[in-house]
Amino acid sequence: MTSSSLNAIHQSVSRRQFISQSFAIVGLLGILIAIITLIALILQMVLQGAPKLNWQFLTSFADPDPAIAGILAAWVGTCLVMLVTVTAAVPIGIAAGVYLEEYAKKNWLSDLIEINVTNLAGVPSIVYGLLALGLFKYYFNLGESILTAGLTLALLVLPVVIVTTREALRAIPNALREAAYAMGASKWQMIAHHLLPYSMGSILTGVIIGLSRAIGETAPLVTIGALTFIAFLPESPIQPSFPFISFEWLKAPFTVLPIQMFNWVSRPEIEFQTNAAAAGVILIAMTLSMNGLAIYLRYRIRKGLKW
Amino acid sequence: MLETILQTTPLHPKVEAANLNFYYGNTHALKNINLILPDKQITALIGPSGCGKTTLLRCFNRMHDLYSGNRYEGEIILDGSVNILSRRLDPIEVRMRVGMVFQRPNPFPKSIFENVAYGLRVRGEKNRTTIADKVEKALRDAALWDEVKDRLQDMAFNLSGGQQQRLCIARALATDPELILFDEPTSALDPIATANVEDLMTQLKQQVTILIVTHSMQQAARLSDYTAFMYLGELVEHDRTEVIFNDPLNKQTRDYISGRFG
Repeated sequence: MTSSSLNAIHQSVSRRQFISQSFAIVGLLGILIAIITLIALILQMVLQGAPKLNWQFLTSFADPDPAIAGILAAWVGTCLVMLVTVTAAVPIGIAAGVYLEEYAKKNWLSDLIEINVTNLAGVPSIVYGLLALGLFKYYFNLGESILTAGLTLALLVLPVVIVTTREALRAIPNALREAAYAMGASKWQMIAHHLLPYSMGSILTGVIIGLSRAIGETAPLVTIGALTFIAFLPESPIQPSFPFISFEWLKAPFTVLPIQMFNWVSRPEIEFQTNAAAAGVILIAMTLSMNGLAIYLRYRIRKGLKW
Repeated sequence: MLETILQTTPLHPKVEAANLNFYYGNTHALKNINLILPDKQITALIGPSGCGKTTLLRCFNRMHDLYSGNRYEGEIILDGSVNILSRRLDPIEVRMRVGMVFQRPNPFPKSIFENVAYGLRVRGEKNRTTIADKVEKALRDAALWDEVKDRLQDMAFNLSGGQQQRLCIARALATDPELILFDEPTSALDPIATANVEDLMTQLKQQVTILIVTHSMQQAARLSDYTAFMYLGELVEHDRTEVIFNDPLNKQTRDYISGRFG
């Protein structure tokens, strides 16, 4: 081989390597921008809200006096609304996903449904608010209650759960389905003993992503008439006397953290800005801990799963 | 078209395929197959890639029912009485009597014990002692017990490829099937693991009828009592293995055996 052709090889390699390296740098910059923005946001909010981040803030109701105002009703409201959302969206979403992926015949109709479900995930949340206003509040007469709010957000989360369920099921190799069928399993046994346990980690991730979106939603809840000022808690679900469980809380009026934040931010008094920042920190803490739980559960479920 | 010629009629036919045709949509994949699987014997299906060996094997436990557009014609009679292909027969019922071992080991991502116990659980067996006994027996029959008895709760994926395949055999054995289908069971295994699985199959012959698809003619010659040669969806020749390998009637069979094509 002549030295000139060796030289040509050398030049070609170093030129291509340069392009590879350049892309790595661009990618790294992109990540840095995203991370720095996130850290700056959180840091700024924590610093601003720091004076209010105490027990008193968590255990007090909203108040015209910013010094004693708290977020008790808001965070309890957020938790209860999320509880309703999970209870409604997860079983329905998983069932729909399993049906579409494992039972439904693959034809133009199922393709159409698939496209629409995927599109539903991108519908602006305010549209769900309008739907809920007409359906839950006026048609079913559920009022401006925790139940209405939870179901509204469930509509929002549902497409995400359906889509991730389908993707999780699709990731399971056919060899495992055939192995189960070859053992004489029925379709339901195959789904319940194999598909659902193996895909639960991924489905859970989808559920959490959906909930993370829902927990910060304001628009659809304002649409159905969430209160911005509330000074009492819903009735406790656990009762001291028979039958010990009460569902009265479902009918209670409510507020949630993002609405409380919005309310404070729009106040003229500067002290309320501190309250808003502190509420924001709590909201982010709730979201992050939910994500953390999801990562932990996924790790636990996926441990030892491979194919 | 070549006719199927059976020189020796086996004494106890366990399964009998008669005028079997199979279609993937419009593709006529199996053409007028007539095949007898003698009881407690190993029958090997050989032939070049795409000749329909695996397609034929998967008719015996109605695996094709899992995908739409597939259609059977003809009969596969089990024990002289039940037509496996009957539309009125639930394929689950067939699969409860006919076990299957796949080309790649496909244990469930569960413990070794749970893998073998699965068939029993599907059948609603609740008694723990019964399950434990049957799991042990199946693992012994699959020559795996000594290697795994101390770690039955380990994940099946921690086993080597050959052990995983024997685990899959144990899983199939646990429910006492009458016929086991092997779809190229050693093609993903190294020579030592292959030898183990072959030994195992030779022993299993005492309790169960075996149908095996194999790419390796040496394997067919070593293992099987009967061999069927398939080509382009047709069963070209079917006879005792020594006849097929030493003195086949058909020219195509002779060419394939001597390595002239395929």
